[in-house]
Amino acid sequence: MDYFLELFFGGLTRGSIYALIALGYTMVYGIIQLINFAHGEIYMIGAFTALIAASALSLLGLNGPALLVLAGLIAVIYSAAYGYTIEKIAYKPLRTAQRLSPLISAIGMSIFLQNYVLLAQTSDFLSFPTLVDEFAFMEPVSHIMRSSELLIVLTTLVCTVLLTLFIKFSRMGKAMRATAQDKTMAMLLGININQVISVTFIIGSSLAAVGGVLISNHIGQINFYIGFIAGIKAFTAAVLGGIGSIPGAVLGGLILGWTESFATGYVSSDYEDVFAFGLLVFILIFRPAGILGRTSTDKV
Amino acid sequence: MNTQSIPFIRRAVSEIGRSLLVSCWFMFLTFPIMVIKVNPLERTIDWQWMRLVWIGLAVFPLSLVWRWLMMRKEQGSAKDGEDSWQKRLGERIRADRKISAAILALLAAFVVAFPFIFSSYQTQIMISALMYVMLGLGLNIVVGLAGLLDLGYVAFYAVGAYSYALLNHHFGLGFWSALPIGAGLATIFGILLGFPVLRLRGDYLAIVTLGFGEIIRLVLENWNAFSQGPSGIAGISRPGFFGIELSLSQHTVFLYFIVLALVAFTILVVSRLRNSRIGRAWIALREDEIACQAMGIDKTKTKLTAFALGATWAGFVGCIFAAKTTFINPASFTFMESAIILSIVVLGGMGSIIGVIVGALVLILLPEYLRAFSEYRMLVFGASMVLIMVFRPQGIITGVRRHYRFRQKEGTEEQGERDAASA
Amino acid sequence: MLQVLDIKQLTMDFGGLRAIDDVDLEVRQGEIVALIGPNGAGKTTFFNCVTGVYEPTGGVMMARRPGKNASVKLNKLKPNVITEHGLARTFQNIRLFQNMTVLENVMVARHCRTRSGILGAIFRNAGTRREEQETVDFSYGLLEKVGLQQHVNDLARELPYGAQRRLEIARALATEPFLLLLDEPAAGMNPRETSELDALITRIRDDEGISILLIEHDMKLVMSISQRIYVMDYGRLIAQGTPREIAENPNVIKAYLGETFDA
Ligand SMILES: Nc1ncnc2c1ncn2[C@@H]1O[C@H](COP(=O)(O)OP(=O)(O)OP(=O)(O)O)[C@@H](O)[C@H]1O
Ligand SMILES: [Mg+2]
Repeated sequence: MDYFLELFFGGLTRGSIYALIALGYTMVYGIIQLINFAHGEIYMIGAFTALIAASALSLLGLNGPALLVLAGLIAVIYSAAYGYTIEKIAYKPLRTAQRLSPLISAIGMSIFLQNYVLLAQTSDFLSFPTLVDEFAFMEPVSHIMRSSELLIVLTTLVCTVLLTLFIKFSRMGKAMRATAQDKTMAMLLGININQVISVTFIIGSSLAAVGGVLISNHIGQINFYIGFIAGIKAFTAAVLGGIGSIPGAVLGGLILGWTESFATGYVSSDYEDVFAFGLLVFILIFRPAGILGRTSTDKV
Repeated sequence: MNTQSIPFIRRAVSEIGRSLLVSCWFMFLTFPIMVIKVNPLERTIDWQWMRLVWIGLAVFPLSLVWRWLMMRKEQGSAKDGEDSWQKRLGERIRADRKISAAILALLAAFVVAFPFIFSSYQTQIMISALMYVMLGLGLNIVVGLAGLLDLGYVAFYAVGAYSYALLNHHFGLGFWSALPIGAGLATIFGILLGFPVLRLRGDYLAIVTLGFGEIIRLVLENWNAFSQGPSGIAGISRPGFFGIELSLSQHTVFLYFIVLALVAFTILVVSRLRNSRIGRAWIALREDEIACQAMGIDKTKTKLTAFALGATWAGFVGCIFAAKTTFINPASFTFMESAIILSIVVLGGMGSIIGVIVGALVLILLPEYLRAFSEYRMLVFGASMVLIMVFRPQGIITGVRRHYRFRQKEGTEEQGERDAASA
Repeated sequence: MLQVLDIKQLTMDFGGLRAIDDVDLEVRQGEIVALIGPNGAGKTTFFNCVTGVYEPTGGVMMARRPGKNASVKLNKLKPNVITEHGLARTFQNIRLFQNMTVLENVMVARHCRTRSGILGAIFRNAGTRREEQETVDFSYGLLEKVGLQQHVNDLARELPYGAQRRLEIARALATEPFLLLLDEPAAGMNPRETSELDALITRIRDDEGISILLIEHDMKLVMSISQRIYVMDYGRLIAQGTPREIAENPNVIKAYLGETFDA
């Protein structure tokens, strides 16, 4: 039973991280129908920035949770800035181009960013400093769930709720929904599409950075390549839930997290990524609209 | 005079101001990752301030160039002007049969003489460049002609390589019998994978093929009983030459000519296919799926032929790769390999044969000869994919469609001789 | 007269929107029939259902090639199969293969009437070469018919608008249809081009015996060319009859109120 619970919470943790990244994919796809291939790299850059900021700030004598929060904040700001800039450089000029051009551009951007970090920093794994001690109240259940996992699950919950409220009630959120429905119509109604797209990238990138910081804090090491696999898995989560749908991204993330956790726990740990990719292939073939997505006919 | 130059000066000042801003923005953006270099072992930090200065200095002119190119692009699309010098030069060369024949003959002589002029090492490099030409041309069928973004192309390459390696390892099969088997197996894989996924929309197809590619690599890595896992398969035989023993350098020369012949064969096949019933269907599919179906073309079948044929070529090259290196392991078949092949196609020009050849030679040979550059290879690949998409989506060399000639009078129209009109 | 197209109770829903509601329509051999109606009436959607681009929610669609005894049920057939049976269409928002030449655009449409495959293309055997030559000749002939022979080697995207519409017609004809469905063929044409188009459509019907169903907003063209007219509004058929009957029908005039209706 304990083993089951351990896998369950392990899956919940993974799933939460996937969900945080998947939110960015789903929001961008919902608005400009682009698979932002470089999104995983934003997550990686978030983790790196946090690590660098934490190392630099610890020279000033900072430590503990305060350092984690500060470093996390810096990471979020920088990831958002990267997301914003990438959209301006690699996607905005291609709004009217053939449908595969932005995707190829995104792949190029992803390769570029990976190698940028590789060359500027290192190809080795860097160890992420332990910033938060185990919470005392978690002692009795620490064999099932670690404190850093609890942190991940709670943060994801808070982020999702905030995002949902933002999209439902804020002016910008409404503009985003309108743009996702019908870009031309939104434009005619006086919505500034460029601004909406920029905000979408900024929010998505910030969430990815949060995920990057949390997972680094949990696992304890990062390298330039972590964004690639995480990105594809998060994309799987987004598609699984129904791309374009925010609750879908969270649901998809959790299902993927549990699938991986239980499959590696009970079947074989060698094929961890194969389960994820297998699930991706399976969904896209049998239900490309995802669990919460609706099938629609393209207008001719 | 003065009244005219004022708006110009104002414009220039504003452009420079904006570029300065962009330059500052990038200095901010790259600050943590470029400047603060963390040393994890000693838990220390190097401050690399010079990098910040370089970024600032480099971004400023780049931003100016970027803005200028953007401006030109916008004006260009308004006028719909074609890049005329290239078109004219191309037409001149094509029109003048003497020039094109001379160039071709010279090229052929050089290519044939290559292994005798240059060292064995250079020949090795050329072999791998030519292998990438074949891979590029094969992927060009799928991406360039049929418009199917296949990000898992390397999977078929792996199928070819492992077919030969395993057949050689277990049954002692030689290169020549393994070549068609490897290609055939890759074709079968292509059909098996293609059948379910080709109904998907373009971007989903890209991701699914990426997933398939990774699955195949992970299986090769973990299924030790079958593929000997990460340690790979060693001691694969080189191609036999009528049972005669060859020295290592002779083997290299022999392999060079095998690859050269296959490249020539590939060029022939692709150029003929491009202007055939099937090839036109592929291009039509790329241009507009709905209209293509409405013209009576079976979408799935047409996509499947392109996908399977592309896979076949990857299988061919996979066999050659195994024969060349005599050792393979899953590390040669990562997504980055697919990305390199894709950037060859994208950079050279989707759908253009010469473009892909040039793209492969540039992308593979340049990093080999400019060692200092090789570290930055993937960085430059990535950046150039973005730049090409933004500024020149048709690639360096634009594919030109075949021209037909008719007598303008009714009745006896004839197909013209000028069919070399395909770049 | 024999029917070539017989649609019964066609219905098409998009989520909550009923774009076509219980429409009956028939086209007889050698007829030119027009389908008109205000913007958003569901005319293009009707074409999309008949040509297999959309799968209709309800109704039966039958088609019969003149000279054949059995008619074919079009429901659930793929678009390319429907084209193979002999229904060809053009698109309201021109959908040419932009980066192919004009001639190639037409040659592509010969696909379903030709056979050669990959091996034929690679080895260029006699059969393939002959078929290729026939394709070229046939396509060139069609381009002459629509008056595009000067443009054979131009890229489709370089053509002027009116010429693009004619190329769409040539391309549809290359599939050897018995029924041609034209979606607003005169849109964007000047009066001279429109009258040429009028002659072209009539010639296609007279020379080849191809029946024609066309959607058109240009009432002058519709009234002069068609034998019968169907009028749709909000997905429903509100009138049908000869041009004269339609012009006098109060329902039609009401539906078109606000639009210029100069018949
Ligand atoms: N794929 C689709 N999904 C959702 N709604 C659609 C789709 N295709 C068409 N519609 C809707 O169906 C209705 C009919 O559209 P349709 O294009 O058939 O009109 P039309 O009569 O051709 O108009 P027009 O004269 O402007 O071409 C419109 O309200 C349109 O928005
Ligand atoms: Mg319409």
